[in-house]
Amino acid sequence: MKIGVCLKQVPATDTRIKINAEGTGIVTDEVKWEVNPYDEFALEAALLLKEAGKASEVVILTVGGSDCEQRIKDGLARGADSAIRMDDASFAGSDALGIARVLAAAATKAEVGLVLCGKQAIDGDSSQVPGMMAELLDWAQVTDISSLELDGETVTTHRAAGAGNKAVIETKLPAVLSCDKGLNTPRFASLRGIMMAKRKKIEVWGAADLGLNDADVGGTAAVLVEQGMSQPPARPAGRMIDGGSVGEKVNELVRLLREEAKVL
Amino acid sequence: MASGILVVVEHEGGQPKKTAYELLTKARELAAGLGGGVSAVVIGSDSAADLGDYGAEKVYTVSGASYETYGTEAYTAALSAVLDEAQPAVVLAPASAASRDYFPRVAARKGLGMASEVTELSSAGGTVQGKRPVYAGKALVSVSINSTPALYTVRPNSFGAGEAVGGSAEAVAVSVDAVTERSRVVEQVKSSSDVADLTEADRIVSGGRSLKSEDNFKAVIVPLAASISATPGASRAAVDAGYAPHSWQVGQTGKVVNPSLYIACGISGAIQHLAGMRTSKVIVAVNKDAEAPIFQHATYGIVEDLFEVCPELQKAFAEAL
Ligand SMILES: Cc1cc2nc3c(=O)[nH]c(=O)nc-3n(C[C@H](O)[C@H](O)[C@H](O)COP(=O)(O)OP(=O)(O)OC[C@H]3O[C@@H](n4cnc5c(N)ncnc54)[C@H](O)[C@@H]3O)c2cc1C
Ligand SMILES: Nc1ncnc2c1ncn2[C@@H]1O[C@H](COP(=O)(O)O)[C@@H](O)[C@H]1O
Repeated sequence: MKIGVCLKQVPATDTRIKINAEGTGIVTDEVKWEVNPYDEFALEAALLLKEAGKASEVVILTVGGSDCEQRIKDGLARGADSAIRMDDASFAGSDALGIARVLAAAATKAEVGLVLCGKQAIDGDSSQVPGMMAELLDWAQVTDISSLELDGETVTTHRAAGAGNKAVIETKLPAVLSCDKGLNTPRFASLRGIMMAKRKKIEVWGAADLGLNDADVGGTAAVLVEQGMSQPPARPAGRMIDGGSVGEKVNELVRLLREEAKVL
Repeated sequence: MASGILVVVEHEGGQPKKTAYELLTKARELAAGLGGGVSAVVIGSDSAADLGDYGAEKVYTVSGASYETYGTEAYTAALSAVLDEAQPAVVLAPASAASRDYFPRVAARKGLGMASEVTELSSAGGTVQGKRPVYAGKALVSVSINSTPALYTVRPNSFGAGEAVGGSAEAVAVSVDAVTERSRVVEQVKSSSDVADLTEADRIVSGGRSLKSEDNFKAVIVPLAASISATPGASRAAVDAGYAPHSWQVGQTGKVVNPSLYIACGISGAIQHLAGMRTSKVIVAVNKDAEAPIFQHATYGIVEDLFEVCPELQKAFAEAL
């Protein structure tokens, strides 16, 4: 069985986000790009399944421009066998549903039997693509998983069910799974891996290869429309409680929480 | 023609959660500008509870054995059927473990636009506009949706729950064709505590790496949290060191929380931690380093050893409440 890993490039988590003058997006000049951290858990899970003899091949699926290739190579260096980058002028302006259509079509064409995603891309923070892909493929799904075992055609996962509760879920493949922190510890690329990645192929597929058109992808098909970005409101300046003993500071804090902030 | 706002009600054993009242209150306000009524949907119970009293004119219910525990495909089918029956223009649901899972599936099934985790909603010119945090809250993006209905999930605690307005709802039981669940829940592992989920909690007490052990978390953070009915949380460094479970992690790769009170004990205030708690209404920081970045974001700060402050604070809370 082939596993598809959906991998997206995002700004590193410690990036200072600056909004551009037009208010349409962020300034990308000084951004350090990384593999979406949740997609690292997905890739690691796929590599572990392959090493355990439960998958034949791991293929990276990315929708994005040629500037993503460095992140794809990072994934190949960690051990993925091949990669497909979906890129087409008509993809510009796609919403989550558009991206999901591209990835679902790619998963079908690449003949994968299991798709692993991150639970959320930490740029748009929307957590929509995995569930949408599963629906479009008419596959089962489990989102936000923190444990995964594959036995034949059955995958057993743990899903966070809210309030610290966990559901243990059995799913018949094919399925889309979205991965949360706690699933595993992603490996780094080895020197040998980096050398081997140079010989691995990154295929590029466009809309025509995937049988997609304007009704499926791009700005005209988008049903979710972004209308501009703004800075979050600044927090009012805070206050240090100093002077006196620990006990006096604590009493002053409790007084302020009650009388000024009114949260007790 | 589609009109009005449908609120998805989450409940515990038929008793609506706080988010239901938050969303009904907001829905009434939006409907005033938008036209159309407010209705609600309850999946997994046939009780309309007091939803009519908070402004729902109709309460659609989908109940039966398939809905007692959450299942992706059962809930997807249930909401899809209710959308066909109710024909709303806008759907509001709490952002939750469940809606994270089945809302995208509903959106794809029906070709609908969905905005996740909005924190602001307004209506103007007959349409709804939302604002949602992106880049872990470092920016906000304004969104609108070009489909009918438009789907929004709303971050808990974004809107206050208003008073009851008086009224009664017409209950409409919706029957849904049985679906085969390809993902079967074989076991539910309940957490040992019964505190609110971090994402819904109104008060949170978090500890950092400085706690130094799981035992100290249990001896210092947990009882302090319990003294104000708060949910305990942790920094990633504390979770990675094994002092607290993964489900407690607050931040960019943990939970995004939105409480009215967040108390950070021995947490430095790394950008990835702030990403998860920056919208808290009041932030209290206890740290022995006066230069710790957390103080730049705190409403109130105390520069002291947390092992001295926390037990004193617990005592003072116990006396004050
Ligand atoms: C991709 C990525 C994702 C990440 N995601 C997250 C995330 O989701 N959540 C998260 O929290 N972090 C996350 N981090 C990690 C983050 O960068 C920090 O390393 C982490 O938040 C630090 O945790 P801390 O504040 O407990 O520890 P430290 O930074 O070590 O701070 C400990 C603090 O405790 C204070 N202190 C020590 N002893 C005492 C005492 N006795 N009394 C009072 N104060 C004391 C110190 O002065 C210090 O300020 C992420 C990092 C990366 C790279
Ligand atoms: N452009 C993309 N290319 C590849 N995978 C993606 C892309 N966008 C989203 N994904 C996958 O879907 C997951 C959830 O993303 P999102 O729904 O955007 O929060 C990510 O963690 C990726 O695994």
